[in-house]
Amino acid sequence: MDIRVQDGAFDGGAELNAFTARASGAGAIVSFSGLVRDVTDGLVAMTIEHYPGMTEKALEDIAQQAATRWALADVMVIHRYGRLAVGEPIMMVATAAPHRADAFSAAEFLMDYLKSRAPFWKKEETDNRADWVTAKDADEDALKRW
Amino acid sequence: MIDVVYFAWVRERIGLPREQVATRAATVNDLIAELRAREERYELAFSDISALRVAVDQTLTDFDAPLAGVREVAFFPPMTGG
Repeated sequence: MDIRVQDGAFDGGAELNAFTARASGAGAIVSFSGLVRDVTDGLVAMTIEHYPGMTEKALEDIAQQAATRWALADVMVIHRYGRLAVGEPIMMVATAAPHRADAFSAAEFLMDYLKSRAPFWKKEETDNRADWVTAKDADEDALKRW
Repeated sequence: MIDVVYFAWVRERIGLPREQVATRAATVNDLIAELRAREERYELAFSDISALRVAVDQTLTDFDAPLAGVREVAFFPPMTGG
């Protein structure tokens, strides 16, 4: 299990290659990357705040739950904080498993849970204002399927 | 003494990231009642509890959670990771 919370950028391709090399016997690897998208008109940057200490614990707990529910060879979660420009990667998850169904399900589970159970908060900044992103009911509802 | 920590708009509304609070509050709800009675900025931040989440010693919990032996309580809006 590889869980990282960092302010620096990461190279998604290099991370996926390294993860793949470590889990080479697994058979199936699924990865997801989340980028800062231009949701509001003229988004300049996104600032991500987090709760040092709790964030790492929450991510480890979520990854541990995934490892209990599915037959996984390995799990990786990288999540950034700080000020990120449009198009920059915010986070990525990767799962390795003997079979693809487990790798896909575990990756979706990780994403659903880290969206509403890991202590991160996003603030969107445009030229003239900055607003905290509100959590969506759909994000909370997404947890019910697991 | 309990360390009380605030994040996102709760931190902005209260104007502090963290403070030490001398309290005998038995539960999170009791602590909130004490904070609300302090000043208007606290009253504003805690006016709608349904818009808040709480973590006790870095674990998400409910507002009726007991505070005996607790070191840190954090208040924040629903999380928006991913």
